[in-house]
Amino acid sequence: MKSSRTGWGLLAPTLIILAITGLLPFLYVIYIGFFDWNIFSAKVGKVFAAGNNYRRLVFDKDFLGSLAKTLVFAGWAVTSEFVIGYFLARTLSRNFPGKAFFRTIHTLPLMIAPIAVGATWRLLTIPGFGPVPFNLEKWFHFSYNIGRYGGHALVTIILMDIWHWTPFVTLTLLAGLSSLPVEPFESAVVDGANRRQIFWYITIPGMMPVILTTFFIRMMDALRVVDEVWMLTGGGPGSATRVVGIHIWRIVFPKTDYGYGSAMSLLTLYFTIVLSWLVYTAIAARRRQSVL
Amino acid sequence: MKHHMHGSGRTLPGRIGVYVLWITATLFTLFPVYWMVLVSARSRVELFDSPTLVQKTFYAQNYIKPLTNPTFQRYLANSLIIATSNAALVAFLALLATYALSRWRLKGSDSIFFWTITNRMAPPAAFMLPLFLLFTRVIKIGPWQLFDTRIGLILLYCVFNLPFAIWLLKGIMDGIPTELDEAAEVDGASLATVLWRVIVPLAAPGIAITAVLSWVFAWNEYLFAATLTSVHARTVTTGLAEYVTVTGTNWGEMAAISVVSLLPALVFLALVQRYIVMGLTFGAVKG
Repeated sequence: MKSSRTGWGLLAPTLIILAITGLLPFLYVIYIGFFDWNIFSAKVGKVFAAGNNYRRLVFDKDFLGSLAKTLVFAGWAVTSEFVIGYFLARTLSRNFPGKAFFRTIHTLPLMIAPIAVGATWRLLTIPGFGPVPFNLEKWFHFSYNIGRYGGHALVTIILMDIWHWTPFVTLTLLAGLSSLPVEPFESAVVDGANRRQIFWYITIPGMMPVILTTFFIRMMDALRVVDEVWMLTGGGPGSATRVVGIHIWRIVFPKTDYGYGSAMSLLTLYFTIVLSWLVYTAIAARRRQSVL
Repeated sequence: MKHHMHGSGRTLPGRIGVYVLWITATLFTLFPVYWMVLVSARSRVELFDSPTLVQKTFYAQNYIKPLTNPTFQRYLANSLIIATSNAALVAFLALLATYALSRWRLKGSDSIFFWTITNRMAPPAAFMLPLFLLFTRVIKIGPWQLFDTRIGLILLYCVFNLPFAIWLLKGIMDGIPTELDEAAEVDGASLATVLWRVIVPLAAPGIAITAVLSWVFAWNEYLFAATLTSVHARTVTTGLAEYVTVTGTNWGEMAAISVVSLLPALVFLALVQRYIVMGLTFGAVKG
């Protein structure tokens, strides 16, 4: 009955669409990464350059700087999202009046388009009529200006990402919490386990699949962020918030350095996969430990 | 839920701390949205006064002007058509794909599962060029090309929505006991009948949440829409970005459009509220 032909038949439409929209462009990017191809350069068309683009990348301070900035951004944002998201999920997993209402509020930012998120945060922070710089100046005499101070801009894009994506983490952790079996908790309480022990040895291992999946989705998306940062700061001031997604964009579009931009995205993609893998093994090792 | 997991062991200052954190987090979540609505109700003149947190008047022009503009109406219609078609397509394809991945032992199905997910990892900028060439030169029949068509974006949005949908639905599919579809097969039901009568009703919360999230992601997408359309298939998000211009930004109208673009998502959110937590377990529920 279960002929594998039927199985492949069911998968085929998905594979065909992903091959055309995902694999084909990907292969082309690999191919272009080996060429020197710049519309504005004196050379016409593609010139084969072997590994030159990659050699250039390793010493490219701007690229490495943007990669470091992206890591700082993603690291702070995703970690904070998990801490806040877990707190919110715990409180939302209790029964209290107006629970559905609060759950809707804490889901709201997730539904807003990244470009509108950037626009909204720009409305909040723009020097002149934004309430954030206005009130910081008025009450704390703190001159906050994301157009002038790189540090302020970087902190702001991290806060914006936390604002936008904590709801997603909250929802998945809430789903994870509500699917935990009750028995291990009951026997732990009978055995006299304290809150911290219950958290580390029962809650966390039980939620590991959800935590891992959520972590991957968030990390992947944070490492390739473009829209909202572009709308809020445009990558500036200077290069303070030029995350790698924006950096590649600048290389490929205004500068039309296609070959180099392709090599850069491949290296970034490779880096994303390796990083995800390292974190995965680290968490998986910890999980084995705590089960023992 | 389980009372012994929290609450009971907490001291009074601890409890107050939890309330303070909770209120802070809620205000932090609400304030930017509140400000967006506030700005959308202000005229240019009001905006450049010192920013107050209350608003007594409503400058409707911010809403009326874009909503009566035929160009913006087209953007809105495009976004609706593209997001709805994409969500339907993604939910349908993901249903078939995850059923296959869950019920058949196909050669290399783990790698296929992983590969579909990597499609979401790539930084988008460099993929614009191959996609642009694909849309303008490769897929082309006579004068017709995929560039600047709604169908182009509908298909393209599968590249980030399908992996997510497959990821979500795979766990839910694995949670449906195989005995149920086997029993139906023994009774002589066809594959379509099994899927439609057995699987779809059981996976309904998962399918609903998959479709809604796909819809929201497609509705919200900007970069592809900005690069791969020019006139006919432009969407609301590209329209939003067009308000930031060198000559100055019309903040009031931009905020109004942000509010308008948020409304359909809010309606969906209210509709699937019950399922959203159930659907997001990524297969953590066993039995």
